[in-house]
Amino acid sequence: MSTLQITDLHASVLTDEGPREILRGVTLTVDSGSTHAVMGPNGSGKSTLAYVIAGHPKYVVTQGSVTLDGQDVLTMSVDERARAGLFLAMQYPVEVPGVSVSNFLRTSATAMRGEAPKLRTWVKEMKEAMAALQMDPKFAERNVNEGFSGGEKKRHEILQLALMKPKIAILDETDSGLDVDALRAVSEGFNAFREETGAGTLLITHYTRILQYIHPDHVHVFVDGRIVESGGPELAAVLESDGYERFVSAGSTAS
Amino acid sequence: MTTLQAPPTDLAPVVISARIDDFAVPHGREEEWRFTPIGEIAGFFEPDPAAGAVIAEDSSFVTVVDMDHDNAGRWLPVDRAAAVARAGAPRVVRVRVPDDTVVEEPIVVTLSGEAARNHAHVEVRLGRHSKATVVVAHDLAVDVSGALVTEIGDGAHLTMLSVMDGPATSVQLWHWPVRVGRDATFIGSTVTIGGRIVRMLPSVTYDGPGGSATLLGAFLADGGQFIEHRILVEHVAPHCTSSVIYKGALEGAGTHTVWVGDVVVRRDAVGTDTYEMNRNLLLDDGARADSVPNLELETGDIASAGHASATGRFDDQQLFYLQSRGIPEKVARQLVVRGFFVDVLSRLGSAHWRDTVLARIAQRLGMDPELESSLEETA
Repeated sequence: MSTLQITDLHASVLTDEGPREILRGVTLTVDSGSTHAVMGPNGSGKSTLAYVIAGHPKYVVTQGSVTLDGQDVLTMSVDERARAGLFLAMQYPVEVPGVSVSNFLRTSATAMRGEAPKLRTWVKEMKEAMAALQMDPKFAERNVNEGFSGGEKKRHEILQLALMKPKIAILDETDSGLDVDALRAVSEGFNAFREETGAGTLLITHYTRILQYIHPDHVHVFVDGRIVESGGPELAAVLESDGYERFVSAGSTAS
Repeated sequence: MTTLQAPPTDLAPVVISARIDDFAVPHGREEEWRFTPIGEIAGFFEPDPAAGAVIAEDSSFVTVVDMDHDNAGRWLPVDRAAAVARAGAPRVVRVRVPDDTVVEEPIVVTLSGEAARNHAHVEVRLGRHSKATVVVAHDLAVDVSGALVTEIGDGAHLTMLSVMDGPATSVQLWHWPVRVGRDATFIGSTVTIGGRIVRMLPSVTYDGPGGSATLLGAFLADGGQFIEHRILVEHVAPHCTSSVIYKGALEGAGTHTVWVGDVVVRRDAVGTDTYEMNRNLLLDDGARADSVPNLELETGDIASAGHASATGRFDDQQLFYLQSRGIPEKVARQLVVRGFFVDVLSRLGSAHWRDTVLARIAQRLGMDPELESSLEETA
């Protein structure tokens, strides 16, 4: 049982004109086995929340706390956070020229597990995980994210999730840029991971589409840097029919 | 830092001569010397009776003979240091592969200088329709000025590698003139990671149509090294191709690398296909990289011509991505540097040399040899 506890989190982005506040007091608890969908309009800061938890150097936390099972996440380096059990599936995975997927994954697994996995068992493990996501084995020879289609990038993110088995998974707009087939494959891969590990999930999305495949227990509406309303899956249906309009005006009034 | 500027009116050398006095002593403001710390190499601009020979061990295709100036290849010096070296080199290291011969194993030529300062003359000649790989391992324990005169017969295929690996103490001034025969193929690579002051000047010209030249380079500089590569490709014949790809990584205050890529397409060189690229990776704020691609076209009737140059710092996004997968920063940097070089090294035409050079680069950057071998294993 793990708990990601976010309390009154304020964070700013560093720009040439100085820091600009984006997160304005986020409080959220994600336990193992539960799936929280964070939904909000463009520019609401929901992706920033994901990056701040992962430790992207572009952002600075000005107030509040993030803990994983009581441990202070914010004092950890980016790689320490990952090894502590946090995983961020990125909306825009980064190209790393000259580094093959297989080298990348094995280096990552070595770091996560504390020792290099035996080559033979590792190759088998990787092949099975790729097959489960309907990925061509040749994929392992390509350079990380270089020339990948949108669907390939997201499958690759979920492949890493399946291999690294984090305690808490954060999915940032994993559905963006996916056609229906890719969305289904990615969602099935994620659901298999969730079922196997019982991890907690923070699912960040603009659209309700992915929620047809990955069912949330809780839905939070994220506007202007904070959560303005929380509810069950039915809240997603309201967003689907009414949009964010009501919450956006409410958010502006509040700020 | 990157320097880009309009090309001079003619990129090819103005003076070509065996006579030392046909070249003035450089003062450092000349285009071809403007980056070089000229005061530190002045000894190579005057004849030096104390200078030694550069030799190699004889083997199947390698002999060392006395210099015969009347029969020292078709190449003539294009600067004063080269003229001094050619006049002063007592011995010639000769690599000869006869016509219609395929040599399976690489011909490794390990150069050795006899004195503290040496004049070298190396000749590599590949007969027509032959195929060979030649690896020249330079002697970085001593100062050397010389030429690596290379001639490839019609239809022949030469893969050649110049390796400068060793202490960062010596001066190395080298011309590497290459003549590519009709329909011949040349893949010439420089790996430069040693030497205190290095000038390596590959130049390519074509003896007939249909020739293909690929010039690859990987260089690594730190601790105040000066490493300069100047490339000249002169397209004089129709339907030839040239591809130049150089990559360098550098760090440390006072470290300076220079890459100049000159490509000239003469009026008769119709159907030319040429591309040149230099990328430099700055590992810290102290080092300086100059990168100057120049392209001169005398005909528009070509297949393609392009060039690219970029010097950048470590990409923080790449580091973030790798670290977010649990990979510690030091290992992440190692992956990125290795990845930076691996594509150019994969084109050398030898997995052995690709891995050897990658391992040496990792070692030089103080990286983890265990990770390096695990990466090779997985790859």
